[in-house]
Amino acid sequence: MTAGIVGYGIYVPKLRIKVSEIERVWQKSSGGIGVNEKAVASIDEDACTLAVEAARRGIEDFSIDPKRINAIYVGSESHPYAVNPTSSIVGDALGTTNKYYAVDMEFACKAGTAGMQVCYALKKARMIDIGLAIGSDTAQSKPNDALEFTAASGAAAFFIGDKKDEVIAEIESTCSYTSDMPDFWRRPKAEFPEHTGRFTAEAYFKHVIGAAKMILEETGYRADEFDYAVFHQPNGKFPLKAASILGIETKKVEQGLITPLIGNTYSGSTMIGLASILDIAKPKQKILAVSYGSGAGSDAFIINTTDNISDRRAKVPVLEMIKEKEYIDYALYLRHRRKIKSL
Amino acid sequence: MQQPLLLFIGDLRGDSMHNIAPLNWRKFPERYLLKGNYCEVCKQAFFPPRPICPNCRRKGKLIQMEMPRQGKILSYTKVHVPPEGFKNEAPYYLAVIELENKAKVLSQIVDSEQEKIKIGAKVKKVFRQIGEPDKYGTITYGYKFKVIQ
Amino acid sequence: MVVIIGAGVTKFDEHWELSFRELILEAALKAIESSGLHGEKIEAIYGGCMASGRFIGQEHIGALIADQLGLNPIPSTRVEAACASGGVALRTAYLSIKSGAHDIVAVGGVEKMTELSTEGVSFALGGAGDQEIELFHGATFPSLYALLARAHMQDFGTTEEQMAAVAVKNHANAIFNPNAQFHRQIAIEDVMGSGYVAEPIKVLDCSPITDGAAALILCSNEKAEELGLKGVEIIASEQASDSLAITGRKSLTELKATRMAAQRAYQKTGLSPKDIDFAEVHDCFTIAEILAIEDLGFFEKGKGGIATEKGETSLKGKIPINPSGGLKGKGHPVGATGVAQAAEAYYQLMELAGERQVKKAKTCLTHNVGGSGATAIVTIYRRFKG
Repeated sequence: MTAGIVGYGIYVPKLRIKVSEIERVWQKSSGGIGVNEKAVASIDEDACTLAVEAARRGIEDFSIDPKRINAIYVGSESHPYAVNPTSSIVGDALGTTNKYYAVDMEFACKAGTAGMQVCYALKKARMIDIGLAIGSDTAQSKPNDALEFTAASGAAAFFIGDKKDEVIAEIESTCSYTSDMPDFWRRPKAEFPEHTGRFTAEAYFKHVIGAAKMILEETGYRADEFDYAVFHQPNGKFPLKAASILGIETKKVEQGLITPLIGNTYSGSTMIGLASILDIAKPKQKILAVSYGSGAGSDAFIINTTDNISDRRAKVPVLEMIKEKEYIDYALYLRHRRKIKSL
Repeated sequence: MQQPLLLFIGDLRGDSMHNIAPLNWRKFPERYLLKGNYCEVCKQAFFPPRPICPNCRRKGKLIQMEMPRQGKILSYTKVHVPPEGFKNEAPYYLAVIELENKAKVLSQIVDSEQEKIKIGAKVKKVFRQIGEPDKYGTITYGYKFKVIQ
Repeated sequence: MVVIIGAGVTKFDEHWELSFRELILEAALKAIESSGLHGEKIEAIYGGCMASGRFIGQEHIGALIADQLGLNPIPSTRVEAACASGGVALRTAYLSIKSGAHDIVAVGGVEKMTELSTEGVSFALGGAGDQEIELFHGATFPSLYALLARAHMQDFGTTEEQMAAVAVKNHANAIFNPNAQFHRQIAIEDVMGSGYVAEPIKVLDCSPITDGAAALILCSNEKAEELGLKGVEIIASEQASDSLAITGRKSLTELKATRMAAQRAYQKTGLSPKDIDFAEVHDCFTIAEILAIEDLGFFEKGKGGIATEKGETSLKGKIPINPSGGLKGKGHPVGATGVAQAAEAYYQLMELAGERQVKKAKTCLTHNVGGSGATAIVTIYRRFKG
């Protein structure tokens, strides 16, 4: 059996702030980014707690024994510690054994999908039973910066294995398109990331389209052969444009387009979109997934659903789960994200 | 004037005088996974784990056990005046929860609407930061509960 | 048997001008003076103090007290049981006499709480609970009692107004106690409007932060008779323990340790709750008094709130509770409280209690609790006709 996804879990915190509320405070327009509101982690949440919650849901919904997890990779640009791994906290919190490969990953918004690639490779090398790749972020943004309209909190956990009766979606192929293109960064002691405005768009399309074309070329598929596609979604527009450049119909992207509803969850973004597609996909469907991380790189995947997906599903689909929400105003947002500096 | 006196104060969330990392570390199984124990003789579950069964004493037979992740609220309060280290979280809810195996646990209740927090409400364990992490110390994680429909 | 032959209490207050050492010295000297004995007759000292290490950075309180009193080299021992430190110190002294080891012993209780900020005090008192599974999660003492209060409200229909009635009554009593921290009558509405600390407990449901000390001189019956001393006899002193954390208890609507200690005290003396003329109980929060008067058997379980509301526990009621003003009105310097309760028993039974005197009081009971009920001490006294 080809290695693939044996389960997944998504966690989106309950709090929401409307983009219009941020616009009200700074008296400026978000500029038609196609995002209505964003998810906000509460004061006692961080990328680690989000990661644990996402993984825990996957374990429960897909009946995965944590003792079978031999690899944990947590991708995030907001790891709670600069030094001290998130991945080992996640392991202990899930109740794994001590036999697991673990490292924290950082590559802007694509660290989670990089973890999926590593787990996939370890699985193919028969070094693990089940690998756990998590993308989790409580995305940081400077007040009154353009990023503030979209930088959101959320996490996705994907379990990679190869047991015939467990795999719900095989990973047929994966590749990465990488180059040194600094469009978004954060220096060690800086609190918030910096970015280069429209240069970011240039970097996004160069890598996303580059990776998509690379994987199509390597596998010989045409873009219109896919039932669904999901791209990294820094806003509501870029993924639609990427699809149109590649010649993929908009309706194939919509199911995985979650950012308009919860904002950009950074490392979680592509993976949450992919989860939403898996929530409804039928057996033997083909999915193209392409992430993007500033700095810059894109990981592309060709994923084929199996017959197992008919009865191995998440209990609550992503689109349902995100309906549980509570709106906060900008002041509470600052409080929850610890942005009030005199405290 | 308070500062020198505060040097005498330390708690489980830590200060410069307390080597709290190992102190917390020993508790990870309890705080992360609700690991307690269970006496096979009197069939009672204990959280946190007890070194000796208070019912059966030497005749008891204790085995390690993860507590169920769900239970119900036996009593609750909304804390308006918090202790040091919880200032920015206040007001918050605390509850005595009876888990499905009858073991009791005191925990914060989060992500739950006020009108749903009542005696008898069903709750489920979640993983959260506990207390206010300072800039330099370790972050403490553990269980909180939320009301489920 | 053991007789209290002298008692001394400082004013309970925020003593900005007095230190820990001065407080305990004042109470001890008053007690020695009231006993009519010379200090050099004292053979041993037991001092109750809960958290001097946290409050003032000073441990080794036993040695400190003996030194301050100029009583070296007699043995001097600190006793700690959270807010029951004073009560347990008294019991330890009582046992030392009953054992035959000593004839005349001094008991002290002291706490200097105002050296810390309110958060600091809250932290220091938190040490009485379970650090690992209660305080760690953000519990405070008001919140632990609030959890007990909510359960009591649920099971028995106890109301916030009934709890408020405890505060109103104890403030009324404190007016007649010159050593009390508060001399201010409050009304139910004051309590109800005083703002939540931990729902349903409000600011005026809580005992205050207090500096103070209390001391007693105990003597064996034989010695008291020999010296022709009058006093108050301790006819039972019983102590019981329960789980440190409230989650370890079977019931949230009683303090089992109180019930157990009371049961044994009644058994030992052959008395029943009906034989008690008045009681000083541990009302660190108003709900604590309601629990106490039920667990001590004065009222049926669940009826403590109504009884208080009806005035049955007031100075002129069926059974006066906390004629001194209690912890609520008199103040609660934690380590001193158990000793101060015994001092009140002494003043009342010796008919030295002035305007708050309970008429014809012959037998009384004191009740001191540590933490949220992990330690309870019940002591019964009667007039000693030496």
